[in-house]
Amino acid sequence: MSREAYQVPAGLGGNQNAFGGADSMGAGGAGSLDGPVVAYLCGECNSRVSLKRGDQIRCKECGHRVLYKERTKRMVQFEAR
Amino acid sequence: MAPLIASQEELQRRRIVDINPETVSNFASTDFPGHWPGESHEWNLEKFRDNFQVEFHRNDQFEASFSLIGLDASIANAFRRILMAEVPSIAIEFVFVHNNTSVIQDEVLAQRLGLIPLKGSVEGINWMRWFKKPTDDDPEGGSTPSDYNTIVLRLDVTCEKNPNADPKEDDPRKLYKNAHIYAKDITFHPVGRQEQFFVGDDAIQPVNPDILVAKLRPGQKIDMELHVIKGIGADHAKFSPVATATYRLLPHINIQRPIIGEDARKFVKCFPAGVIGLEQVTREEASQKGSGYEGHEGEMKAVVRDAFKDTVSRECLRHEEFQGKVKLGRVRDHFIFNVESVGQFDSDVLFLESVKVLKLKCARWKRGLVDLAR
Repeated sequence: MSREAYQVPAGLGGNQNAFGGADSMGAGGAGSLDGPVVAYLCGECNSRVSLKRGDQIRCKECGHRVLYKERTKRMVQFEAR
Repeated sequence: MAPLIASQEELQRRRIVDINPETVSNFASTDFPGHWPGESHEWNLEKFRDNFQVEFHRNDQFEASFSLIGLDASIANAFRRILMAEVPSIAIEFVFVHNNTSVIQDEVLAQRLGLIPLKGSVEGINWMRWFKKPTDDDPEGGSTPSDYNTIVLRLDVTCEKNPNADPKEDDPRKLYKNAHIYAKDITFHPVGRQEQFFVGDDAIQPVNPDILVAKLRPGQKIDMELHVIKGIGADHAKFSPVATATYRLLPHINIQRPIIGEDARKFVKCFPAGVIGLEQVTREEASQKGSGYEGHEGEMKAVVRDAFKDTVSRECLRHEEFQGKVKLGRVRDHFIFNVESVGQFDSDVLFLESVKVLKLKCARWKRGLVDLAR
């Protein structure tokens, strides 16, 4: 089976989705049946790409297929030593 | 029996640490009771006060050089060590990263920020108290950040393209806004009583505003909150208030037999400029039997001008012609201190602070002894 023809199997619970569920406060928020919308950054043109479950992993601007997650919005604490 | 008193000659001999071609000898001090039979060397405040001297050689705001004459190496070394490790100063300790999309990693950036020397009102820094950190044994024991133990700084910059830049420009600093982040981009946010202490020029700010912290490209941003606390150098070098704090012993050059003529000129070249001078042999010296100057009237002889400038390279000990004519040494109780401040305090104040710290330590030790005796 070619990579392009791959379909996300139906019937997986929303919580099993590693990229949504647990952190529903994430970027998009809108939690419909399709799961939350998550923003990614294109590896080629650095534009923001919003994807939900089942979307093709592809930049809407340039068609590049490598997308990166955004940095966490949480505050991180370090010791300056 | 009255204690014996050593001759001046003997005392002078004891004051000098001998420097030989490949070794150093006579380096341990012997002025303590029980070393020299019959002599009294008990420590006496009156005597110490009469003999002790301080001489300043230079006293700039951030660099001081001075001599302490007439004290033991243990005390001089205590001052040096206290200066480096136990005089308190302030530095960034906690970094709260809200956003950092630059190429430099959070922990590396935090470490760089910690090392930036900060300055501010000395009165305010002295007013600040310690921030106690929670430990593994006592996770609840840490202090809460308050105006008297934490200073809040912020670093919040975003890099953007500069629309007015020349299209042929290739300097990123002109091509983009905020391409380079410097220490001066850190902003101070006083809270509570800090507003009274750190005002105007006394605000908390980096000593050197042009320290490069990070580099950005358009679209990248850094947003962090920095908490500054008071600490000591023993905990981390960033809290050390001195860049260097060193001492050396005053060099001592003793020309035992005359060095005359061509040898004298060569002798001058063995030392840094100004250490050895040339003088004409006088008729008086030349007429003196057994002085070594007989028949050399009018010739040049080497004399010690200023041993202070010597680096004690021992070059003169390598040459055949000076064998047995010169003796190098250092004065055991003459400490030439050099204190360079990183910029928070004036360098002469720093030394006084170290004296204060030593006094406090002695007081604590004394209290301990009293408790022990009870």
